[in-house]
Amino acid sequence: MFGVLMITLLLTVSLVGSNMDTILKQGIIYQVRAEITENTSIVQGFNDPKEFEKFVQQKIDERVKTLGLDTPWYSPQRLGYTMYKILILDFGNATFLTSDSGSSNVGEIIFEKMPKTILLFTTATIIISIIGIVLGAASSNKIGSKIDRITSTFAVISSSFPVWWIGMLMIFVFAFVYQIFPARATPNIASDDPGYFLALLYHMTLPVITIVLIGFGAWAYLVRNFMVGIMQEDFITAKKTMGISKKKIVYSHALRNAAPPIVTILALSLSGSLGGAIITEAVFDWPGMGRLYFEAISVMDLPVIIGSTYILTVLFLVSIFIADLLYGYFDPRVRTSN
Amino acid sequence: MSSVSTNEIKREFLKSKMGLTGVFILLGLVLVSIITISTIPVSTFQEWNNPEKWILYPKTSVPSWVNLLSSEKIPEHKIIDAEIFESHKDEIFLVSQQFGVSFEYDDFPSDFIFETKTKYSDSHLVQIKVIRPDGIILEILSTSLPHSEIDTIHNQRYFSTDSMIKKNLNAYKDEFQFDFSIGATEIIFSDLNENQVQKGNYIFIMDTYGIGEPARVLESKMILGGKTFGLMGTDELRRDLAVGLLWGTPLALFIGISVSIGSVVVGLVYGVYSGYKGKKTDEAMMRFNDVIYALPALPFLIILAVTISNSIFLMIGFLMIFSWVGIAKVSRSMSLQIKTRQYVEAAKIMGQKDSKIIFKHIIPQLLPYAFASIAISVPAAITTEAGLSFLGLGDPSFPTWGQILHDANTYGATAQGFWWWIVPPGILIAITGLAFVFIGNALDVIVNPKLKR
Repeated sequence: MFGVLMITLLLTVSLVGSNMDTILKQGIIYQVRAEITENTSIVQGFNDPKEFEKFVQQKIDERVKTLGLDTPWYSPQRLGYTMYKILILDFGNATFLTSDSGSSNVGEIIFEKMPKTILLFTTATIIISIIGIVLGAASSNKIGSKIDRITSTFAVISSSFPVWWIGMLMIFVFAFVYQIFPARATPNIASDDPGYFLALLYHMTLPVITIVLIGFGAWAYLVRNFMVGIMQEDFITAKKTMGISKKKIVYSHALRNAAPPIVTILALSLSGSLGGAIITEAVFDWPGMGRLYFEAISVMDLPVIIGSTYILTVLFLVSIFIADLLYGYFDPRVRTSN
Repeated sequence: MSSVSTNEIKREFLKSKMGLTGVFILLGLVLVSIITISTIPVSTFQEWNNPEKWILYPKTSVPSWVNLLSSEKIPEHKIIDAEIFESHKDEIFLVSQQFGVSFEYDDFPSDFIFETKTKYSDSHLVQIKVIRPDGIILEILSTSLPHSEIDTIHNQRYFSTDSMIKKNLNAYKDEFQFDFSIGATEIIFSDLNENQVQKGNYIFIMDTYGIGEPARVLESKMILGGKTFGLMGTDELRRDLAVGLLWGTPLALFIGISVSIGSVVVGLVYGVYSGYKGKKTDEAMMRFNDVIYALPALPFLIILAVTISNSIFLMIGFLMIFSWVGIAKVSRSMSLQIKTRQYVEAAKIMGQKDSKIIFKHIIPQLLPYAFASIAISVPAAITTEAGLSFLGLGDPSFPTWGQILHDANTYGATAQGFWWWIVPPGILIAITGLAFVFIGNALDVIVNPKLKR
């Protein structure tokens, strides 16, 4: 797992590395020239423009060397240094973006945004899974019934709509036609205000409704399919012959046995939604990781891009790991004997 | 799962309502694509981002079929071609360009523009008049083409906002029973008694008088400005959305199908090879598979699009990188089963080459599964591409549906209520996705008997 993380990082760094260097170098040239022109005494000291240019170039080279930019980004020391710094969560300073409190430390920016993303997507995922499990169990209870058919159709239809498009429609309908919810999901009160949390919840409603609307159909369908498989197992038939009511079988015995795959998928979809958050957050203007990522890309703020990719990958890997552990916990069959 | 024969699949598939619906939708989309490619000239699609091409079109206008739904008829934006009549009396040649408009709307047109391109020499006199449904003739403009000694080609536009038109209309003040402090179009198209639209046929006549020889009209159009246009309306940049949406269809099909076929083929061969070889090769290949699986796809796609290129063909390649993984896993486990079958063992003992065994004996067994996964993975490819385009990372030279939605978002279409700009692209994405999901699910049920219950 650690290896995967390192490979991911290496790929990111190598993809953005060369661009980062050119941008940094241009920044240095600009900076040096600005410093020299500001200091008129230096300019006046030169009579020959050629000599002056030479002096400027020398200064630039000096600075490039001190920052270690004279070796290419793929040289072992620089690569190793970059990787090491990322590993200890030191992402350096952002080139353009700042956090709400004004800090340009990438770590601080990310940790300011992350709770909001987690808040939005965890809430949505929890709602989705509750609705999904209840609906899925209900439709597996009566296969071929109305509720079953509606759930299946809804699952197929909703999964082919892009979430962000539904988001645009929701904004259009509920923020502009009927002005119930705000169009921008970023609250416009200061974050230390006591009412901030409530405002955040209010602004969160529309994105949550959208994500739930698109998500729960597929969930219900998934749960239904697991349940259908389990309902055919021998122990359920045995329970039936024992005269236990079907409702009880579905909701307590079968659902418990369907738990392992459901929990695994829950963990995976939580982390998967974080990646998908980029577009959703861009549509709703939700002040989380996804929007940060999008903003970072549009201004090419490389430290932020690297930092957020790293965090996203870590989250993804951790949730895969947790999913594996949970699977073992719920399903004794995969436990290894010691 | 591999014992299903082709005929059986066909028979079962024809029984599935869902699959047939999917095929019908897909056929419809393919038909639309073919019609688009063959009837709409390629130039319109290449000039999608060229504002000059769209100058005659209205800005953000509603699709014209809206008029069918409401009792209040909104004036339609019309581009009318001229009928040209020539006559001469002695030395004087008259070229008359006539534009017939049947105006049956409840609101005044916003403006009108005459656009002509003429070839002439010497001096020519231009007179524009309109014959109204009630028979009244209004002479609205008389002017002349600029004098020229030699043959010259001249472009001229006459706007309804021209102050001369308003001045000329003042001559008819006595016939109208209302205040004249309004725009020229609101007078020309008005009833005599009160300022309301007079419905009926209007004929606009632009006469060009020349002495010695007639002016030759090369191009002539009258643009009657309205608030509805075409099948799908227009966007902020005056582009005809119908053209964009139609061109988006073959593009979306192309992207979706090529990504899914590419990734399924790669995944299938990779997985089967890994499963067939087994041991260390298998281990190494599956670890590599895990690495790709653990990469967060969307962030990486974004980085790739930003740093390498956003050309549509490269984008298809990038999408493939992230979508073959799951298929490789499943086909590996399937090939593990198939390789223990006796005929494969027999082939091996007979000394056949590995590649031959894989392509002749194992992969054909997996083909039904492969077709199902191709169909199922198309929607994901289309929505991912649309999502990237929506973020502004798509290929700007191709009007894909995601690109149209991106433009809608940047021009604030949601805030201004331009529903015709937002709704159709999304519905088209969903319909295309649905077609493939239907086909894929129907195939999946046949190929995986476990789902049948």
